[in-house]
Amino acid sequence: MFARDHATARGIRVTEFHMTWLVRYARSSIGAKHIMAVTGLLLFLFAVVHMIGHLQMFGGRDMYNTYAHFLQSLWEVKWPVRAGLLVLLIVHIIVALGLVAKNRAARPERYAKFKPVVSSAAGRTMAFTGLAVFAFIAFHIIHFTVGWVQPEAFHTLDAEKRWDAYSMFVIGFQNPAIYGVYFAGMVLLALHLGHGAASWLQSLGLRHPKYPVDRLGPLIAFGLFVGYMAPPTAVLVGLIRMNGVG
Amino acid sequence: MSDLNLTLHVWRQRNAKSPGKMVTYKVTGVSTHASFLEMLDILNEQLTAKGEEPIAFDHDCREGICGMCSLMINGRPHGGQRATTTCQLHMRHFKNGDEIWIEPWRAEAFPVIKDLCVDRTPFDRVIAAGGFITANCGSAPDANDILIPKESADDSMDAAACIACGACVAACPNGSAMLFVAAKLAHLHRLPQGQPERMHRTQAMVTAMDAAGFGNCSNHYECEAACPKDIKRDVMALMNRDYAKAALASRDRETKSDGSG
Repeated sequence: MFARDHATARGIRVTEFHMTWLVRYARSSIGAKHIMAVTGLLLFLFAVVHMIGHLQMFGGRDMYNTYAHFLQSLWEVKWPVRAGLLVLLIVHIIVALGLVAKNRAARPERYAKFKPVVSSAAGRTMAFTGLAVFAFIAFHIIHFTVGWVQPEAFHTLDAEKRWDAYSMFVIGFQNPAIYGVYFAGMVLLALHLGHGAASWLQSLGLRHPKYPVDRLGPLIAFGLFVGYMAPPTAVLVGLIRMNGVG
Repeated sequence: MSDLNLTLHVWRQRNAKSPGKMVTYKVTGVSTHASFLEMLDILNEQLTAKGEEPIAFDHDCREGICGMCSLMINGRPHGGQRATTTCQLHMRHFKNGDEIWIEPWRAEAFPVIKDLCVDRTPFDRVIAAGGFITANCGSAPDANDILIPKESADDSMDAAACIACGACVAACPNGSAMLFVAAKLAHLHRLPQGQPERMHRTQAMVTAMDAAGFGNCSNHYECEAACPKDIKRDVMALMNRDYAKAALASRDRETKSDGSG
């Protein structure tokens, strides 16, 4: 806020500058809640778009490779989006770690007996599942973006000389170990979202008796889990193959 | 009904500075008509007769409205019976031979003063930061001068039922006081009389809450389950929304870090 004279114990203080209100908001308990909710929501929205993209595996090689080519050719969009996602992720994690530290400090001594009554295991393990999802995302990028995990399947071209993302996907998930890693990653993401997506409306104060705010989280988490695991599962059971779908 | 003989594990701590520990006591001949606090009175009489120091615990009205009694009983604030304070918890809910764990509220902001008594002064500081409402002095206003919808009056009264006992802080895995602060805000902000200072009050009380060292809410709602006055999570949503408005969009005067304006 603007500079304003006021007497304090230390004498007259005139050093209050512009925008201190914004810093104070960001550092407040509820400000941190809002930051977690908004960054979490934006990351979730990316996850939905990403999931819809991958559902195009069911449309066959041409559809999927066209989509992949479309994304890769839009570098003016691709890099800002990647940078934005990275910033969101970093802010989400840093604020979360700060909150974990603050919350531990606020309850230093444990009870000899304590019974959680309504809090879910997913809710109480948010820090753990969050960091695990972060590790999963790192693996995912190394696997499908950098191409270190299965280099033999990376950078092959299809008949139209496009990057053959379809083959990479199929070869990737025909391997049960890879499938297992992604399955575990999606379980963790679903657990994280189960609490996270139930929290964001409450955190932003958008609770209303007409909307099932608390059931939204598990619903969204389940939907995302099914949507993400459908194409890899179809590959694993042989529904989506190198030579086509069905 | 027959009297109860119980084994109690009670937190004993000489003062704020010294370390405490759980101490086991046997209490005999407790009537099932006794309240939980009366059971502790009986134990204290037995301890005094033996020449031991009685257990210090907070209590006042003993009719469930003052907010003085506390106690974590078997891991649940106020014993975990729905919408019941410790003073209204009766021994008929226990069986002969039961073992009961009794601990003080645990939170950095609520240091133990002695045994089961904790210092809940931070709540007073939050209340003080809330300031006043604007009201005309002078002659009494006419009834229904300010029209208040029934729903608003009911919602406000629900929030005003908060007795500031601190069970929400005790139950919260993060030692957060948001249910308390939100209830105090909601009880004024659901009424027309609370509107003029609404933005400033929200900011001031949240600032005072943060300064007191309470943790942050992570939407577990253990507070709601523990509340002896059944305060609902809705009040916290109201506070979260109002805080965004107050911090980002209001032209309100500045709130300093101690919550004063």
